[in-house]
Amino acid sequence: MARTIGRVSGSIALLMMSTGLALAADQRVEPGEGANERLIEALILAEPGDTVTIAAGRYDLTDGLSLDVDDVTVRGEGADRTVLSFKGQTGSGEGLLVTSDRVVLTDFAVEDSKGDGVKSKGSDQITFRNLRVEWTGGPKAENGAYGVYPVSSKNVLIEGVTVRGASDAGIYVGQSEDIVVRNSRAEYNVAGIEIENSFRADVYGNVATHNTGGILIFDLPNLPVQGGHDIRVFDNEVVDNDTPNFAPEGNIVGIVPKGMGIMVMANRNVHVFNNKLSGNGTTHVLIAAYPNEYEDDSYMFVPRGVYIHDNEYGDGGTAPDGEVGKIITDVSGTPVPDIVWDGVTRIPEYFSWVSAENRVYVDEPDGTSFVNLKMISQMLLPWGWWPDTDIDDYAGSLPEPAPVKLPQESGA
Amino acid sequence: MKPAGIRLCGGRVGMMLVGALLVLAFAWQTTPAHAVSDSSILAAKPPKLLSEFGFFSDAAAQTPADGVVPFALSTPLFSDFAVKYRFVYVPDGKAARYVADEALEFPVGTALIKTFAFPADLRKPDEDVTLIETRVLLYREDGWQAWAYRWNDEQTEATLNIAGDKVPVAAVGLDGAPLSFTYSVPNKNQCKGCHALSGAITPLGPKARNLNTAFDYAGGAENQIAHWAELGMLDGAPSPEDVDAVPHWLDENAPIDARARAWLDVNCAHCHRREGPASNSGLFLTWGEKDAVALGIGKRPVAAGRGSGGLEFDIHPGDPDGSILLYRAASTEPGIMMPELGRSLTDARAVDLLRRWIAAMR
Repeated sequence: MARTIGRVSGSIALLMMSTGLALAADQRVEPGEGANERLIEALILAEPGDTVTIAAGRYDLTDGLSLDVDDVTVRGEGADRTVLSFKGQTGSGEGLLVTSDRVVLTDFAVEDSKGDGVKSKGSDQITFRNLRVEWTGGPKAENGAYGVYPVSSKNVLIEGVTVRGASDAGIYVGQSEDIVVRNSRAEYNVAGIEIENSFRADVYGNVATHNTGGILIFDLPNLPVQGGHDIRVFDNEVVDNDTPNFAPEGNIVGIVPKGMGIMVMANRNVHVFNNKLSGNGTTHVLIAAYPNEYEDDSYMFVPRGVYIHDNEYGDGGTAPDGEVGKIITDVSGTPVPDIVWDGVTRIPEYFSWVSAENRVYVDEPDGTSFVNLKMISQMLLPWGWWPDTDIDDYAGSLPEPAPVKLPQESGA
Repeated sequence: MKPAGIRLCGGRVGMMLVGALLVLAFAWQTTPAHAVSDSSILAAKPPKLLSEFGFFSDAAAQTPADGVVPFALSTPLFSDFAVKYRFVYVPDGKAARYVADEALEFPVGTALIKTFAFPADLRKPDEDVTLIETRVLLYREDGWQAWAYRWNDEQTEATLNIAGDKVPVAAVGLDGAPLSFTYSVPNKNQCKGCHALSGAITPLGPKARNLNTAFDYAGGAENQIAHWAELGMLDGAPSPEDVDAVPHWLDENAPIDARARAWLDVNCAHCHRREGPASNSGLFLTWGEKDAVALGIGKRPVAAGRGSGGLEFDIHPGDPDGSILLYRAASTEPGIMMPELGRSLTDARAVDLLRRWIAAMR
């Protein structure tokens, strides 16, 4: 009887579809036989305004999921109870791909996807809340690149997520604008949290631990969106980032040494404050230029306007790692200071001056150590340069960007 | 338990009746001036059965109905060696507008129809062919819609498929060895995974440069652009010699650069272009792309993850094995292989072409 009813309502659904009379009803997907197909179908047939609930349980999926309908909430019953496992995935580049607007993803887990975990491309108002994305075999180069991965998106909210094991960045926001990443946890990834080629981001209240590097603020050349700027990184705990770099070679995060706390590379107007940093073996804060050769006239390879202040520094710099670690310690010795600036300047500015809004400012508690490696001088004056460790030379401040306001929060 | 079940359906019985009446109303409205049902193409939701469109006079033989024109592409997309039958239907009295560099601009009411099939032996593509799916792109007032219809085992009908399907395929391969794999019928979102241009569904195949070749019509071979113009279904087309043309990618007489670029254009550039789903990669592989870095030459990966294969550049001139592009084109592993969708096998001929192309670069 139950089976008959199922079949009848199935044909009704088809009939209604063929006449455009589908009801905007919430849908609930349960685990079990055909769950992959039912999930795919529920996400495709969802109507704007719908909530698709994925009931607690384990889902062994072979094919990636995708959502292309605006105004949909996809809700699990807990990041440890609704588990979408992609261990047996044979198709698609990611676990879940969202390409629509005003979408909320909440309370489920994505495990062991072959590519990225949960991705949004070109979404406006996308919320990732209380998700867990994890590669369960621990840090491995074969793991997917990104855990939570909004790209080319606008109004991005990431909160309460946990990401483990990403072979690039656990939480990665790329080529996006107006971003909040808060109260999340990133561990055992190459990069814990990475904001790349993005405009206006607030990263706060997060824990980044046991990654290779905790929080990265990067800008890269040859991309449709570049010139990342107006980033605030504050109230985070960036501690014990001690996992050896396991990124597949060729990826830019491959340069990150084990034990990097917060790294700012080639961005503009970046504010790092009120963070707790300890147990980062290479250094707590690194400010650096893009190190590779590139061909891109529109790209600014040095960081412009960086303000580091009021952070709390514990032990660190005692186990500098890799090529970057060597470049630093060749100049600074060990332990590496709390804050390192590579001191790369554009040559015209080296011979004239850097305007106030483009300088690096450091205003930290007494006892904080600092070094400017003066790499530009190393190149131009190989016999007549010395590093600058006088933190007072960098006193000053920059006006702080306004807090990021997201439309999905204004009515909540 | 029973009452609950009845209540569940009960609310919908009324809707079902209204729906059925509407279906009847649509059917009644359509007077068969020709075999193709314009109303099915324009309807808000797709019909459940492929036959309702009336695209074929003999569907099993893939013989088109009146007004449905078969076509071919100089260089087609690789889809696990599937044989493809392509057709276009432009409503009576309307015409597509010629566009030099993108898909032709078709009028509302157009249908693009593509059937995917497998012969028992890939070396004999016309013999013992099994139809797997027919995909349709329908152009309505509000834009293109993409749907897939799955053929039944009897090959008598194809049914709308939304969630995709996996079809075991066994055939004799091009090398004469048995070939057995799982073919994927895309789900609705996956259609858009490739057919998205600035976020909207768009046809990919019918670009002038890829249509500018001869087709063996019932009445004899003729250039497709010229033929479409003669039929009155294409406006504003220059004569074929003034239209850009990509070579057939396997044409050994064509320059290898053009062959490789044609292959990349068709197999990659639907995503890897500035307006496509992979715009964020910065890797752009369209036929007309002139920026060497955007083409991948000396370009470092951005979000490739393990797709980089431990290599530094998308294309490392002179060094095919040091080029991520070749590594991903050769792979069949999800998360590494490119394209991400639409194939589970590697076309060794394409890998060989790309290898020779990169090896010849300086």
